[in-house]
Amino acid sequence: MNRQLTGLLGASVLAAGLAAPAAAEDIELTMYYPIAVGGPLTEVVDGMIAGFEEENPDITVNAIYAGNYDDTRVRAISALESGEPAQLSVMFSIDVYELLEQDLIVPFDDLVETEEEKEWLDSFYPALMSNGTVDDKVWGVPFQRSTIVLYYNKDMFEEAGLDPEDPPETWDEMVEAGKALRGDDRWGVMVPSTGYPYWMFQAFAIQNGIELMNENGTEVYFDSPEAIEALAYWRDLSAEHDVMPGGTIEWGTLRQAFLEGQTGMMWHTTGNLTAVRNEADFDFGVAMLPANERQGSPTGGGNFYVFKDSTEEEQRASMELIKYMTAPERAAEWSIETGYVGISPAAYETEALQDYVDDFPQALVARDQLEVAVAELSTYETGRVREALNNAVQSVLTGSAEPEEALSQAQSKADRLLRAYR
Amino acid sequence: MISSDRHERRRMAMYGWMLLAPALIMLTTFAFLPTVSALWRSFFSRETSRNPSEFIGLENYTYLFQDPIFWQVATNNLIYAGVTIPVSIVIALSMALWANSKMQGRTFLRIAYFTPTMLPMIAAANLWLFFYTPDIGLIDSITGLFGAEPVNWLGQPETALWAIIVVTIWKEAGFYMIFYLAALQTIPPDLREAAIIEGASRWTYLRRIVLPLLMPTTLFVMINAMINSVKLIDHLFILTKGGPNNASKLLLYWIWETAFSYFDRPMAAALTVLVLAVLGLVAILQFRGLEGRIHYR
Repeated sequence: MNRQLTGLLGASVLAAGLAAPAAAEDIELTMYYPIAVGGPLTEVVDGMIAGFEEENPDITVNAIYAGNYDDTRVRAISALESGEPAQLSVMFSIDVYELLEQDLIVPFDDLVETEEEKEWLDSFYPALMSNGTVDDKVWGVPFQRSTIVLYYNKDMFEEAGLDPEDPPETWDEMVEAGKALRGDDRWGVMVPSTGYPYWMFQAFAIQNGIELMNENGTEVYFDSPEAIEALAYWRDLSAEHDVMPGGTIEWGTLRQAFLEGQTGMMWHTTGNLTAVRNEADFDFGVAMLPANERQGSPTGGGNFYVFKDSTEEEQRASMELIKYMTAPERAAEWSIETGYVGISPAAYETEALQDYVDDFPQALVARDQLEVAVAELSTYETGRVREALNNAVQSVLTGSAEPEEALSQAQSKADRLLRAYR
Repeated sequence: MISSDRHERRRMAMYGWMLLAPALIMLTTFAFLPTVSALWRSFFSRETSRNPSEFIGLENYTYLFQDPIFWQVATNNLIYAGVTIPVSIVIALSMALWANSKMQGRTFLRIAYFTPTMLPMIAAANLWLFFYTPDIGLIDSITGLFGAEPVNWLGQPETALWAIIVVTIWKEAGFYMIFYLAALQTIPPDLREAAIIEGASRWTYLRRIVLPLLMPTTLFVMINAMINSVKLIDHLFILTKGGPNNASKLLLYWIWETAFSYFDRPMAAALTVLVLAVLGLVAILQFRGLEGRIHYR
C-alpha cells in the first residue's frame, strides 16, 4: 500500500513536467522468484525491490516468492496460461529450453538498446552466461548463481591429523582424507544424491574430463567411459572405501548433518555458505572440488527471464528492474546474504564485498571456481532427460545397478527423447 | 382433472431440477467437464514449437503401457494402498474403542490421537524428514540406544516406500478414528446391557454387535482411505521426491511430474483418465460388495 502510494505520488510529480520520460503512466510489473537455500531471504529481495521503486517511482513491482525452482516454474507458467500478468521471473537457469519450446521468453539481445546496456550484458562472468545462451542469443541473465564447493570441518581435520589449511585437491586425496576422518559415528565425506543428483554427478563427470551435453542441448554423453568411471568413483566412496554412507543422501538435511559433525566434508551449493557460517560452532573451510583429470563444477541456480507476452513499456521497465537487481552493489549484497556467487567481476570490486571477503575469504572460492566451471545439464526435453540421469545415478548409489548398465539405459532414453531436435 | 394432474407432476419435476441445479452446475463445471476435457486431450500429441499437437488416438496409452516406470509406479501405488488402507482402519478402530472406554484422561488421549490429522501434510513431512535422517534422526537415535546400526530409511529402495507408508498411516489413522468414535457413541447402551445379560463375552459383543453396527462407517472410511491412497502425495515432495530411482513414486506425483516438470500435458491427461477409471471401478465394487453386509438404521 505504502509502496504504491509513493509510486503514485512520484508519478504525479513526474507527470507535472519534471524531466518526465515518455512513459508518464504507471507501470506495474509482476515477478515470480524462487528461493532454494536456507535463511530469511525473501526480506532481502523485498528490500531490493523497495530500493528500486524508490529510484523508479513510476514502476510498481509485485515480487512474489513462489517456493523452490519447480514451484516457481509452475506458478509462472500457469499464471501466463491463465492470463494473469507476469512480465518477468527468476527461474532455474536450465529451464531455458522448456521456455523456448513453449515460446514464452524474449532474448535480451532484442531488449538491450544503448551501448551502456550492451556493456551491461557483457559484464557477467562468462561461465554464468552459458546456460542462458542458446543459438547465439542470450535468453537468461544471471541472478542467484552457484557452483558446488567442498565444505570441510577444520577442527575435525586437525583431530584426524590432517592439515586444516590443505584440503584434498584430487579424488585420491579426498578418499585418503575421508579414511582419516572416518570414525565410529563419523563419515569422511557426504555428497547429496536426492533433489539434484544429476548436478552432483555432473561435477564428478566434469572432473573426469567429460561434459555431459553439447552446447545446443541436442546431445548427451551419459554412457561415455569417463562418465561411467565417474559414477563408479562416486559409488565406491561408499561401496569400496567406506568413507560415505550407503544409499542416497538427502539434499535438505545434509547441511544439518555437517553442522552436527556427522561428516568431515560435504559437497554442497555455495548458496548455503552464509547459512553454514551462521550456524557452525566449529571452524570450517571451503575449497574447490577435488580434481581427477581436471578441476571443475557445474554452475547452478536461477536466471532472470523476460516474458514475451508483455507490452513494450513493460519490457523496458523489466529491463530497468533486472539491471537494478544485477548491479554490482545488489550482487554484492545478495552474495553476502546467501553465499551465491557475485555475478560480475565488478561485484567483487565493491567495498561491501571486499570488506566481507577480507574477513571471510571462504566466500571467494565459488568465484575462483568459475574459471573452471561449465554449464549445468540442460537440454531439450530437459525434465525427462534429467530424470533419466537421476534414476541412473540413484540406482547405482543404492546398489541396484552397475554404472555401465544404468548409464547406457539413461543414454538410450535421452537419445530417444532428443531425436526430434537434431 | 387429468391435465391438472400432469401440470402438478411437471411442477414437481421442475422443483426437483431446481433443487438439483446448484450441485449439478458445480459438479459439471468442476468435475464432469474437466474429466471430459482430460479424456479428449489424452488423444492428442504434445504441442511444442516444432511439432504442433495432432490427433494420435490411443498412442499415449500404448506408450504408457510399454513404459516400465508406469508399471513400477502403479505397483508402488498398489502396495501403498494395500497397506495404508487396512492398517490405518484397524489402528483407527482400536484407538476409537480405547478412546471410547470410560477412563481417566480420555480427552487427552483423543487429542493426542487427533493431533497428526490437524497438522498440514507438508509440516508433518518436514517433521518426519528429520525423524528419518540417518544417525542424527529421532528413529536412529532411539534404535541406536539398543545398539542398532543407523538406517538410511528414505535413501534406499527397500525402505523408502515403507517410510512413506508409515507417515501416511500416522497421519490418517487419527482422522478415521474420529468417525469411528462418533459412530460408537450412537450405539445404544442397552444393546451392551442385553448382551451382558445374555452372557455374551466381550469379544462376541464386539464381533456380533459393534462391528456390524459400524459397517456404514467402515464403508465410508474405506472409500475415503482409498481415495486418499491416490490423492495424498504432499509428503513425497518433501521426503523422497519419488526416489531413489522411482522406488517410492506414486501415481499422482508422477502425473504432476509429467504435467509440470516434463510439460507433457496429454500424457498426464492419459494417466489421469486411467486413474479415474480405476478409482471409479473400485468404488462401484466396494459399494456392490458391501451393500449386503451393511445395516443402516
